[in-house]
Amino acid sequence: MLEITNVHASYSKTPILRGIDVSVETGEIVGIMGKNGVGKTTLVKTVMGLLEADEGRIVFDGEDVTDEPADVRARHGMGYIPQGRDVFPELTVEENLRMGETINDGTDDLQYDAVYDYFPILEERRDQEAGTMSGGQQQLLAIGRALIGNPELLVLDEPSEGVQPSIVQDITRDLRRVNEELGTTILFVEQNLHVVQRLGERCYAIDKGAIVDELGPERLESRDAVTEYLAV
Amino acid sequence: MAGLGLLDFGFEFVEIFAFVVLATVGLAVIFGMMGIINLAHGEFILVGAYATTFSFAAGLPLPLAMLAGVVITAVFGVVLERLIIRHLYGRLLDSMVVTWGISLVMIQLVRIVFGNSAPGIGIPFGQLPIVDGPVYYLVLAVIAVGLLGGLYALFMWTDFGVRARATMQDEETARSMGIDTDRMYASTFAIGSALAGLTGALYAPVMPITPEYGTGFLVEAFVAVVVGGASVIVGTVLASGFLGTVNAAVTNVAGTFMGQVAMLIAAIVAIRLLPEGITGLLADLREKRGESE
Repeated sequence: MLEITNVHASYSKTPILRGIDVSVETGEIVGIMGKNGVGKTTLVKTVMGLLEADEGRIVFDGEDVTDEPADVRARHGMGYIPQGRDVFPELTVEENLRMGETINDGTDDLQYDAVYDYFPILEERRDQEAGTMSGGQQQLLAIGRALIGNPELLVLDEPSEGVQPSIVQDITRDLRRVNEELGTTILFVEQNLHVVQRLGERCYAIDKGAIVDELGPERLESRDAVTEYLAV
Repeated sequence: MAGLGLLDFGFEFVEIFAFVVLATVGLAVIFGMMGIINLAHGEFILVGAYATTFSFAAGLPLPLAMLAGVVITAVFGVVLERLIIRHLYGRLLDSMVVTWGISLVMIQLVRIVFGNSAPGIGIPFGQLPIVDGPVYYLVLAVIAVGLLGGLYALFMWTDFGVRARATMQDEETARSMGIDTDRMYASTFAIGSALAGLTGALYAPVMPITPEYGTGFLVEAFVAVVVGGASVIVGTVLASGFLGTVNAAVTNVAGTFMGQVAMLIAAIVAIRLLPEGITGLLADLREKRGESE
C-alpha cells in the first residue's frame, strides 16, 4: 500500500529526515513513535506531499507519488489528519465534512452514514462552527472529515495531542473500528504510550530523523520496550 | 414637500449604496478571500470601462459591450495572477507595492495608447418622473443587490464557495484535502477581477472615461472594505449601508462635497471604535452570546 524508501527531507537546508524506510501493507495499522523533535511530523508532511522529499521514493498503491503535490496524493486516496486537528474554524461541522469529499478522487462512496455512526456528536452539531468545539470534538471532526471520501490510507499526526485522556481512549477505539469495518489502512505518528500500544499492530521507532527499530505485536505489549523510544 | 425630501434622500441613498457596493465587491473578494490588497483595483475597473466603451463604439449593443468589459477584465486578471500575483500570496506589503506599480504603469499605458479620453456612452433608460435623477441609477442599485445575493449564495452555499473559504482559512490543510489551491486562488482572483470589470462597465455610461477613471472608485472601495471587516459579503453590505446613509443624509442637506466629507469622518470614527470592522463587532457579540449560553 505504502512504500517509503530512503527518504530524506529538510527545512531551510537543515536535514530532518535522514534515509527513512517504512512499509505499510493494505489493511494494517502501523505506528511511528518517537520523542518530540525527532522528525515525526516532518515524515507525515513528506508522505502527504506537504514537504518535498530531497531524496528517496514514496510509492502509494503501486504508483510513485514522490513528485506529486499534496492535493493529487489526497485525490489518490490518502486521508490526512494534521497535528492540532486543523479543522476549518469558521466553517460549520457539515462544511468541514464536505471538504473531505475531494479525497479519493471525488468518490461516489461517501461515508456520511459511517462517520455519523462513529461520531454521533458531529451529526448533532452539524450546523455549529468548528472553531467553537472542544479539542476532542475537533479531533473527531478531523478524523470524520478525512474518512468522508473513504480513503484507502488514513495518515494521522499525533491524534492524542491536546485531547483529554478519556477522549484519547475513545479515539483509539474508534480508529480500530474504522480499520476493521471500513478496511482503511492506518499510518500514525505518536508519542502517547496508550495510543502506541492500543492502536498500533506494528510500530517503527524514529530518532534523529532515522528509523532505529521496528516493534511487532509482542514487543508492543511490553511497556519497557515502547517507553525506550518515548518521553515517558 | 416632506415626502419629496424623503424621496430625494431615498434616491440619494440608493445611488450611493449602489456605488459603494459596486466599487467594493471586487476588492473585497480579492482581499477577503486571498489577503491581497490590490492597489490596482481602480485600474481593473478602468479595463472594464475601456473594454465596454470601445466595444460599444465598435457597434456592440450596450449589454454585450458590458459583458465584453467583464470578460476582458477577468481574463486580464487571470493573466496578471498567473504571471505576478501568485508569487505574492502571504506577502502583504510586497503585494501592495507591486499592485501599486501595476496601477501606475497601467494609467500611463492607457494614456499613451488611447489618449486622455475615450468615447462616451449616453445614460440609458432616461430620467425618473418624480425625483431628479436617471432611472439607470435604480438599475445599478438592483444589480448591486442582486450581485450581493449572488455572491453570498456562491460563497456560502456552493462547493466552490466552501472550498474557497476553506482555502482562505488554511491553505495547507485544504490542499491536503485534495483541493487544487492554485486553481482556487486563480478562480477567486478571476471573480474579483470580473466584478471590478463589471463596475467599470456599469459606470461607463455615467462617468467620463479617462486614464484616471479608476481612482474615482478607490476611496469608497477601500473605506468600505476596512469598515466592513473580515466577512466579505456581509461586511460590504453593512459598510455600504452605513456609509451610504451618512453620505446621502448629509448630501441631501449640504451638497455632494459635504456628503463625501461626512462619509469619510464616519469611516474614521467607525475604524477608531471598531478596529475589526462592523463584522468583527458582530463576531465578538456572537462569541459573547455563545459563552453566556
